[in-house]
Amino acid sequence: MTTLVIAEHENGAIAPATLNTVAAATKIGGDVHVLVAGQNVAAVGEAAAKIAGVSKVLVADNAAYEHQLPENVAPLVVELASAYSHVLAAATSNGKNILPRVAAHLDVDQISEIISVESADTFKRPIYAGNAISTVQSSAAVKVITVRATGFDAVAAEGGSASVEAVSAAHDAGKSSFVSEELAKSDRPELTAAKIVVSGGRGMQNGDNFKHLYTLADKLGAAVGASRAAVDAGFVPNDMQVGQTGKIVAPQLYIAVGISGAIQHLAGMKDSKVIVAINKDEEAPIFQVADYGLVADLFEAIPELEKLV
Amino acid sequence: MKVLVAVKRVVDYNVKVRVKADNSGVDLANVKMSMNPFCEIAVEEAVRLKEKGVATEIVVVSIGPTTAQEQLRTALALGADRAILVESADELTSLAVAKLLKAVVDKEQPQLVILGKQAIDSDNNQTGQMLAALSGYPQGTFASKVEVSGDSVNVTREIDAGAQTVSLKLPAIVTTDLRLNEPRYASLPNIMKAKKKPLEVLTPDALGVSTVSTNKTLKVEAPAARSAGIKVKSVAELVDKLKNEAKVI
Repeated sequence: MTTLVIAEHENGAIAPATLNTVAAATKIGGDVHVLVAGQNVAAVGEAAAKIAGVSKVLVADNAAYEHQLPENVAPLVVELASAYSHVLAAATSNGKNILPRVAAHLDVDQISEIISVESADTFKRPIYAGNAISTVQSSAAVKVITVRATGFDAVAAEGGSASVEAVSAAHDAGKSSFVSEELAKSDRPELTAAKIVVSGGRGMQNGDNFKHLYTLADKLGAAVGASRAAVDAGFVPNDMQVGQTGKIVAPQLYIAVGISGAIQHLAGMKDSKVIVAINKDEEAPIFQVADYGLVADLFEAIPELEKLV
Repeated sequence: MKVLVAVKRVVDYNVKVRVKADNSGVDLANVKMSMNPFCEIAVEEAVRLKEKGVATEIVVVSIGPTTAQEQLRTALALGADRAILVESADELTSLAVAKLLKAVVDKEQPQLVILGKQAIDSDNNQTGQMLAALSGYPQGTFASKVEVSGDSVNVTREIDAGAQTVSLKLPAIVTTDLRLNEPRYASLPNIMKAKKKPLEVLTPDALGVSTVSTNKTLKVEAPAARSAGIKVKSVAELVDKLKNEAKVI
């Protein structure tokens, strides 16, 4: 039994979600191999070889894989998959884009966003925005699975010594091409990897008021998120959205500011260790999941909080 | 250009579902059902393409129970020209749905297929990508902008780090994200007109598609409940609790 983990990487570095995915692979048991597909990714391959618990790294270095186009990467994974019992990827926008294509080519059902490994063929995953947890068993010869990073503690990025092997297969479907990318620039920690997240909702009233949250976040070393309501209202960009259809976070501390707590938002943050809610409406559903609730005007509470932490 | 839109009948997004006592699934008896929100966005995008003169015909398809005809009629009222229901009383997996949609794609030969990125019941986020794989088409998932020009389509995608634009050769598959558009409401005259639009009913057997699955649901449970904590009276008390009780700052 051997599991292939598709590495997520950006700017020549392994993305944190890969370490959580390797953790899930380790729980399944057997050997863990990692595939690094991209262009000029030798350094990423070296980094992957150091991940704890990984015994082999496959590096597919080809221009066709540069932008992780699923039309090109999926056939590569399919070609490699027959040697594996499981193929795993992080449930990131990239993993979600590529892996179902792999599953369809292999003619197997995928299991999306697992949060626990019950055995080598049985997994738990949330459905209905996390309002129910489904236990799913797979009879597929190759089990194709995406992993919700918050369900698994990351393995160590250092300490392993896997062998590195080049994969020469080049798949270029010629049906899609990369045009451009606009990446959000931020010096703050990445939302899904941050230990503390400060999120704002409709109660922030406008985008400019988010500066109060940025100041607080910088003092705490926190990332800043937002509810769908705040994104829909145009206060902040969509890559800050936490929720069922946005990012799933589970930090040590989640501070929800001016967020009412719709089930779609709770789905994205209710596994946080400690939840703080600051809202002037004491009936807001967010208080039902908050460890510490403060009924207050956020425009008074946030500056005070910033002074005291 | 013909556009095919796939829609799913799901529990309404405002309903908080309950798990059945025997842990066999969630209780959907007497629960309000609606079109999946991402599918509404898919229908809206197709209608806008037709209004711009890019699309000439919109075919809407659903895979599901007889009652999914309600959602197809809604799509017809919003501007789709005709509908296809592939009727199946069983709960199908994303792969089975993708295979059935592939059979419909083979029959209809659309240039563009638009689907929601995920259904809010199973939360799989698989069907569009699987349909793309099975039909050999390129995919633009989690779309926030769709621009057709000549024999290709530029799709701007919501990705974790921001936005990415890809160019796809037609025919292609697009799955919608929330910010692609704001769906309209159907007007009463259009709802009346929709009742007369054609709706064809097919079966998986008639399409020659097997819907067997490699996945088996063993049980469905309620998530561990998170108990409400305490209300603090001041910011100072909150900071004290976070520092000395929870020890998270």
